[in-house]
Amino acid sequence: MTEILMREAIRRGLEESLERDPNVLLMGEDIGAYGGAYAVTDGFLSKFGPDRIKDTPISEATFIGTGIGAASAGLRPIIELMSMSFSLVGFDQIVNMAANIRYMSGGQIDVPMVIRAPTGAGVQLAATHSQSFETWLAEVPGLYCVCPSNPKDALGLLRTSIKDNNPVIFAEPALLYGLKGEVPDEYYEIPLGSASIAKEGNDITLLSYGAGMSILFEASEILSRQNIDCEIIDLRSLNPIDYSTIGESVKKTNRLVTLDTSRKNGGIMGEIVANVQETFNDWLDGPIIRIGANDVPWPYNKNLEAAAYPSSEEMANSILKKLI
Amino acid sequence: MATLKEEKNKKIKKADNEKNEMLELFKQMYLIRQFEVACGENYTKGNIRGFLHLYIGQEATAVGSISSLNDEDYIITHYRDHGHALARGLDVNRSMAELFGKKTGLSKGKGGSMHLFDASKKFMGGHAIVGGQFPVATGLALACQYKKTGGLVVCYFGDGSTNQGTYHETLNLASVWNLPILFILENNGYGMGSAIDRVRAGGEDFYTGVSTYDIPAAQVNGMDVLAVKEATEIAVKKVRQNGGPFYLECKTFRFVGHSLADGQKYRNTDEINEWEKQDPLVKFPEWLKSAGIASDKDLNKIKSEVDKTVEESVKFAESSDDPSISELDKDIYKN
Repeated sequence: MTEILMREAIRRGLEESLERDPNVLLMGEDIGAYGGAYAVTDGFLSKFGPDRIKDTPISEATFIGTGIGAASAGLRPIIELMSMSFSLVGFDQIVNMAANIRYMSGGQIDVPMVIRAPTGAGVQLAATHSQSFETWLAEVPGLYCVCPSNPKDALGLLRTSIKDNNPVIFAEPALLYGLKGEVPDEYYEIPLGSASIAKEGNDITLLSYGAGMSILFEASEILSRQNIDCEIIDLRSLNPIDYSTIGESVKKTNRLVTLDTSRKNGGIMGEIVANVQETFNDWLDGPIIRIGANDVPWPYNKNLEAAAYPSSEEMANSILKKLI
Repeated sequence: MATLKEEKNKKIKKADNEKNEMLELFKQMYLIRQFEVACGENYTKGNIRGFLHLYIGQEATAVGSISSLNDEDYIITHYRDHGHALARGLDVNRSMAELFGKKTGLSKGKGGSMHLFDASKKFMGGHAIVGGQFPVATGLALACQYKKTGGLVVCYFGDGSTNQGTYHETLNLASVWNLPILFILENNGYGMGSAIDRVRAGGEDFYTGVSTYDIPAAQVNGMDVLAVKEATEIAVKKVRQNGGPFYLECKTFRFVGHSLADGQKYRNTDEINEWEKQDPLVKFPEWLKSAGIASDKDLNKIKSEVDKTVEESVKFAESSDDPSISELDKDIYKN
């Protein structure tokens, strides 16, 4: 095991794939000479050259679509967006093209590409730079969608995403680039569509992903003082969703609490809750509680942003009030 | 030294080849026209549903340009895609079956009229979001450049799509990265029902504006199949030599509405009648005859062959089965 930062884990995954597969190339705004807005690709340009580390104009729709075309002609492009919020500029390409081409062509054309993007609030970037549109993209058939919460998962999921033959949305929580964590020294991969049990417990299942995971651990800590033993699940993959792991946990604890660090309204957890309620209702001993960010545009001011962002106290209090 | 007889035979052979090439151009244009007529009829009968956009009037553009391409070249186009598909040699039966939504269709009935694909012929789709094909064309060209295949990409688009951001972004990127793309504008004067002068600053001609992006550009009469062919050959040569993009504007006209639902209230019949004088399916055979290249007999033979081909494609489509319901969730992901 070696302890590395999240950005280093992502960097390692990219670097490995560039070394392994000559068809892998990176495209995005300022990923080359500048080194990337979050410094993930720093030094890549000199190591791999401008044919493979391609700085693009500020034309998200076009460089995402360029990735789609390149992928459908046999390359394995990895696109970096400077923010998940910028995916909106290229949404037509991601949804109408990347996700649909395979189906519309009757399976003739594959689009093996990865779109990486920093996601989420918490770093005072205000309304246009703090949104979590992986939750929108997770709904689209034809795309896969993952979001790691720690360096180990980031590396394992990135390896799988790059090798996968479909378009994968790889959401990187902007709050976590500096997060340290242990990464195995031996090679490993993490399959898409696999949630992980981050902590075993018997009384309540807590479910989130990405930047939400630290809040779950804090809430679990608070609740443990009341002798409540939480099981913590890291969703990791928003499409496909690992209902098996979630279901088994619900069968054990009989209580489910979910957390979105993005807006609660329309978030991914609403979908999961509905499915769990339909499938595992007999095992539930109480209402499923959903915690999420306020349904407001993300504010810039630190206190306002913190007020909109969900907290472990809010989560623990809500559980104690409604579920216990 | 070749004997006189050998020289004569060579000349005869060359003339034969030229004749065959000319007749092939006619055949392809006639095929597209008759295919489209059959599509229109079968739309009225309810055999083809959804939106149907016919290529009638524009045949010379697709046929003239695609006849100048190689097998390793990619083609990507817009939703008015039947003409390009047939000119590229996509199977007529499977094309018609796709329009009928049948399992024998190019995409097993999952794409329909606006989304024809045949990866084996590097025909990378009809695309139905206006301007959506530009970025994908750029990526195909990047792959040609990156893998050094020697291939290029022909990206067809209509005048309506030039007001999308992706048009300008793609011209810019193709130029900055020196990508092998031949942009072919099919300027038929209308983006759906909007005449160019109502939606575009910069006049009726588009190729002049492309110098902004440092891309060589030319304009050609898109109703003249030989002119389109010659212009495309020059353009293709430039792209292969320089690696970078070229822009060819074909002035053309659709003789029918935007789709089968179009009552054409936005234009008058005088304009349509005027353009119909240039109908490539009338003008080109006339020229073939006057130049002594083809006889009525030659042309009628082709016509009856093509009529039969189209008729058979309708029969093939009609008699094919719908895709089974189990196809519903297939082809979404590659395993």
